Amino acid sequence: MAESAAVEFRIDRRSGVATYLQIVQQTKQALRLGVLEPGDRLPTAREVVEATAINPNTVLKAYRELEREGLVEARRGLGTFVRRTLGSAAVTTDPPLRAELAEWTRRARAAGLDKDDVSALFTDVLDSTFKGDPHS
Amino acid sequence: MTGAAIEANGLGMAYGRRRGRALSDCSFRLPAGRICALVGPNGAGKSTLLALAAGLLRPTEGSVRVLGSTPAEARARIAYVAQDKPLYPQLTVADTLWAGAELNPATWDRAAADRVAGPLPQDAKVRTLSGGQRTRLALALALGKRPELMLLDEPMADLDPLVRHQLMGVLMAEAAEHGTTIVMSSHILTELEGACDYLLLVEGGRVRLGGESEDILAAHAVLTGQVRDLAPHTVVESRTTGRQLTALVRKEGPLDDTAWDVTEPSLEELLLAHLRSPEAPALLTPSARARAREEVVAA
Repeated sequence: MAESAAVEFRIDRRSGVATYLQIVQQTKQALRLGVLEPGDRLPTAREVVEATAINPNTVLKAYRELEREGLVEARRGLGTFVRRTLGSAAVTTDPPLRAELAEWTRRARAAGLDKDDVSALFTDVLDSTFKGDPHS
Repeated sequence: MTGAAIEANGLGMAYGRRRGRALSDCSFRLPAGRICALVGPNGAGKSTLLALAAGLLRPTEGSVRVLGSTPAEARARIAYVAQDKPLYPQLTVADTLWAGAELNPATWDRAAADRVAGPLPQDAKVRTLSGGQRTRLALALALGKRPELMLLDEPMADLDPLVRHQLMGVLMAEAAEHGTTIVMSSHILTELEGACDYLLLVEGGRVRLGGESEDILAAHAVLTGQVRDLAPHTVVESRTTGRQLTALVRKEGPLDDTAWDVTEPSLEELLLAHLRSPEAPALLTPSARARAREEVVAA
């Protein structure tokens, strides 16, 4: 077999999220975190279904969706490869932004907010900041 | 894919005068390349349907065609694993696999058979194997034959969860690589839900739901709201508690989502609702409808 794939998928049947979407979301998350990089090969449909016992068409549907978004490309007979990363490189390579957020989160906690409060506040600010942005 | 893996027209089967009919006027089409869950209550006719498609039973009415020919003509291209996993009890595991290779010289794939039968004690006689081990051996024979259509009657019933997951993975890998059509019967729907993309619900000898699981689900909705008329939608099942009505309906036109909280049912909800409501009309998606016989002849 060729070089092994860079990631594997975990399927949670009780999550209520469609199986193909779980694969799409996990791939995007891996792209955001830099676990997947351009040129990496995604596991073949056969590899995914053998490990997860899901339907092959589900995997192909997820890969088509990722391809449609320009994140991966299928190369005939070779497999499906990552074309580009997702989000700004700052997510992984800009420690100052992360440090500021960590500091802010500490202050929120010290002010008596619990995890759900912080998450709600963050989501609210996120939504209003990116309002009208076509990607949000 | 345009070909049909199975096409039944007015299929009926009676085992004897007294026992009534196991199947009657059963018509449907299963497109090739699908992984189909064959579900229904005990005694619904699932095993009869599989045995007819495998050519082990002769229908008393109607006809069934498999991979474009009669079941007898297609036998070399079909693998059928019956519920009781019939094997020769006096043969060893190794002898059984050898027989599989000898009987299917043109297609035998030793690697595929070994992938499933590998963990079995090769010198053990079949009669000493546990139920789960016999299932493994029967599936190894079926996979080794490298069929175009696999008919599996309750294949996972006596396997532990780990082996069940592993063997389901092997079956899915086979389908991914070779486009094999697989029909699996079960009354435990959850074991099939992620693996199957096609659904046949058989009850009382007839097909009540047939088609792509996604399309069948999308054709229905669960509505919750104040008690009111559900027309024009077809009500499969409804329950009223105080002022609240919960209904599983088949959509006939757009849903008024200002009046109802609308969600898509899970496959299990959908099947249970149909089993509790025998009067709900049958639904076959276009790909699951058997073509009239004249069209078949003309095609």
